[in-house]
Amino acid sequence: MTRGYLSLAMACILSGSIVTPSHAADWRQFRGNDATGVVADTELVSAADLTVAWKAPLEGRGLSSPIIVGDKVIVTSSSGYHQDRLHVACFNAADGELLWDRQFWATGRTMSHPKTCNAAPTPASDGERIYALFSSDDLICLNLQGELQWYRGLMVDFPNASNSLGMAQSPLIVAGTLVVQIENDSQSLALGIDPLTGESRWTSDRPKRANWTSPAVLPGPTPAEDLVLLQSSAGLAAVDPLTGKVVWNYGNGASTIPSSTVHQGTVYIPSNGITAVKMSPGSANPEVLWNEGKLGPGTASPIVVGDQLLVLNRAGVLLGANPEDGKIAWQKRLEGPFSSSPVAAGSHIYFFNENGLAQVVKLDGEGEITKTSDLGETILCTPAISGDGVYVRSDKTLWKIGG
Amino acid sequence: MRRWLCLFVTAMCLFPQVAPAATPAELLSQIRAVGPKGTGHAEAIAAVKALSQADATALLPILQAIDGASPLAANWMLGAFETIADRALDEKTLPAKDLEAFAVDVKQHPGARRIAYEWLLKVDPTAADRLIPGMLQDPSAEFRRDAVARKLKEAETLLADEKTDAAKSAFETALSGAVDDDQVKAIIKPLRELGVKVNLQEHFGFLAHWELIGPFDNTDKQGFDVTYPPEQELKFDASYPGKMGEVKWTEFVTEEEYGTVDLTKALAPHKGAITYAATTFDSPKAQAVELRLGTPNAWKLWVNGELVFARDEYHRGSQLDQYRVPVSLKAGANSILLKICQNEQTEDWAQKWEYQIRVCDHAGAAITEVDTQTSQLSVPGDLRLALEGRNE
Repeated sequence: MTRGYLSLAMACILSGSIVTPSHAADWRQFRGNDATGVVADTELVSAADLTVAWKAPLEGRGLSSPIIVGDKVIVTSSSGYHQDRLHVACFNAADGELLWDRQFWATGRTMSHPKTCNAAPTPASDGERIYALFSSDDLICLNLQGELQWYRGLMVDFPNASNSLGMAQSPLIVAGTLVVQIENDSQSLALGIDPLTGESRWTSDRPKRANWTSPAVLPGPTPAEDLVLLQSSAGLAAVDPLTGKVVWNYGNGASTIPSSTVHQGTVYIPSNGITAVKMSPGSANPEVLWNEGKLGPGTASPIVVGDQLLVLNRAGVLLGANPEDGKIAWQKRLEGPFSSSPVAAGSHIYFFNENGLAQVVKLDGEGEITKTSDLGETILCTPAISGDGVYVRSDKTLWKIGG
Repeated sequence: MRRWLCLFVTAMCLFPQVAPAATPAELLSQIRAVGPKGTGHAEAIAAVKALSQADATALLPILQAIDGASPLAANWMLGAFETIADRALDEKTLPAKDLEAFAVDVKQHPGARRIAYEWLLKVDPTAADRLIPGMLQDPSAEFRRDAVARKLKEAETLLADEKTDAAKSAFETALSGAVDDDQVKAIIKPLRELGVKVNLQEHFGFLAHWELIGPFDNTDKQGFDVTYPPEQELKFDASYPGKMGEVKWTEFVTEEEYGTVDLTKALAPHKGAITYAATTFDSPKAQAVELRLGTPNAWKLWVNGELVFARDEYHRGSQLDQYRVPVSLKAGANSILLKICQNEQTEDWAQKWEYQIRVCDHAGAAITEVDTQTSQLSVPGDLRLALEGRNE
């Protein structure tokens, strides 16, 4: 991109024309608009009771999360013997009616472990457009009416940016840039993409090691100053989303499966258990606040709900810790196994295990399981929360729970 | 005011206007020009926006334009097609007859034909019974799959009714079109139980006869980028310094029915090692084919001395047709050279050192050599002469 274009794009971003102000009920990307998995000020009464409002059939396979933009629920899937047919489908949030379904062809490799599939990354939205990424590196931008805005085949650009086990890193809209992380053993990179044109603002080499974590948002003084957090086996880098410049770096290694979460400026990194870091004004590197090796997450990412840091370990035990010092206050065994991360609304946390068992944990001091319900299908996706409901999908079904 | 001016200028720069009267053909021409890494996006964005507003008369021109377009441009075109087709479906203006004629025209792009068929089904579900049975040998893998499924079901019904000869014939017919391994497995199990011999190496087009040389050093995975002598010359009577002493070419023929060459058995379970594997393919004509490779190891592939792909991933899984490498073969003998790299991981799941490779068309159907009876040149001496002669 020329310098002139960049200036214009920056002017556009700063004018607020690209990122539409967040609708209170939107859940626009993996683990929500701010990638924390939490809606703090809402109690979903009927969702906590696990009442199914509606369910809709899906085509093909998928473990990406639904996202919700206004009154629309968007879900990606892949179909075909080779998982090379790509779907972006849009449903009416009120009743589950299919509004449109657009198909594309995979241009990159679609091979994955049988447990996962091509539709593993969760799409993102800026409120006006949908950005759907697949494990095959196909990146599709549609408007909310399903009209193609632009398309990129990133494996055409980067022929070895693939993982034979399948990829799952979700794209993220941060401060007016679409950030895409594609990290593998053979060719690893991150890109900052102009959401309006699909053109790359920057491309950075990343550690050459398979990585399934997704980016997170570190809020700045203003939304335009938000940083994107890129986690890898090497650690975690805080990056300016507009330029790709690394602002600070944590280099003590991190997990390649559960992702970091942010709460009140502190980053909880799955690193040697959990390591909490915080950037102080004027410092070159983040300060390590504490490390707790017993807080080792399994596949699920950590989450901060109220005044508690919650970590679901490999044994399916939910650990409740003090986010100030990492001390474990209580633990509760849930029924696993889990591939998805929990999400929370108010004091209720929603867990879905791989067997389709929904478990609601209410935080009242310690966590208590208040409701369970068997959806009867394999669920690997992290759910979404919007309005009065929780949305979750299997390969074949999209549910709205509550409302 | 300045903000709006800025927005206007930005929009004018980022989205060049398309002439109001641009025809679908002109718009498709702009989309066709889209390239990798975002090149041509500004023009393509304007064109796809305009094209998406077209009526149903644009549907066939879009499908026709997909043939010959790059995979990137094809997806831009498909995006416009889907929007127009969805609107036409609501307005009951989908051109069913045109879609059907396009779907059965094997000269058109296989993927576009399939899209036409699927939209046709939305207004005419009877099209499946009318079209699919004749598609067992179709250039589209998806059409073949549907046709095979029907024939397989027919065969299973005949078998259940104890009409053994008819069942055997139906299974064999189904196998003739099958390119997907799950269907092949479903067919050959009853077929073999009926006493029929099936050669999967021939069915899939696996390359079974090889000349191997190794091990060369790959300690710390450094050998991947080292140009060892077989990359510079194919002389099968030569010997070179290897990782553990002098190494020479040796012939190896895999009997494994999926063409797997297990280097841990053909040579030894070396770690931090590299083996080169060479063979030849006698093409009856100059043609575009796919070399489909499966391996859990890092690899490089040369065809007629040209490096066509390289990948340094280890032990993240392996499966049939894991990698699809499009190549152009010349008429006559074509040399194929593989570099298969093993790392030094010690886990049980990281010990495989193997590969399988086949020659097929875009649908996955095997492409046979000049003389299938002597495919892969069953006489080792002939293989050596052919390979050496080609590299002189």
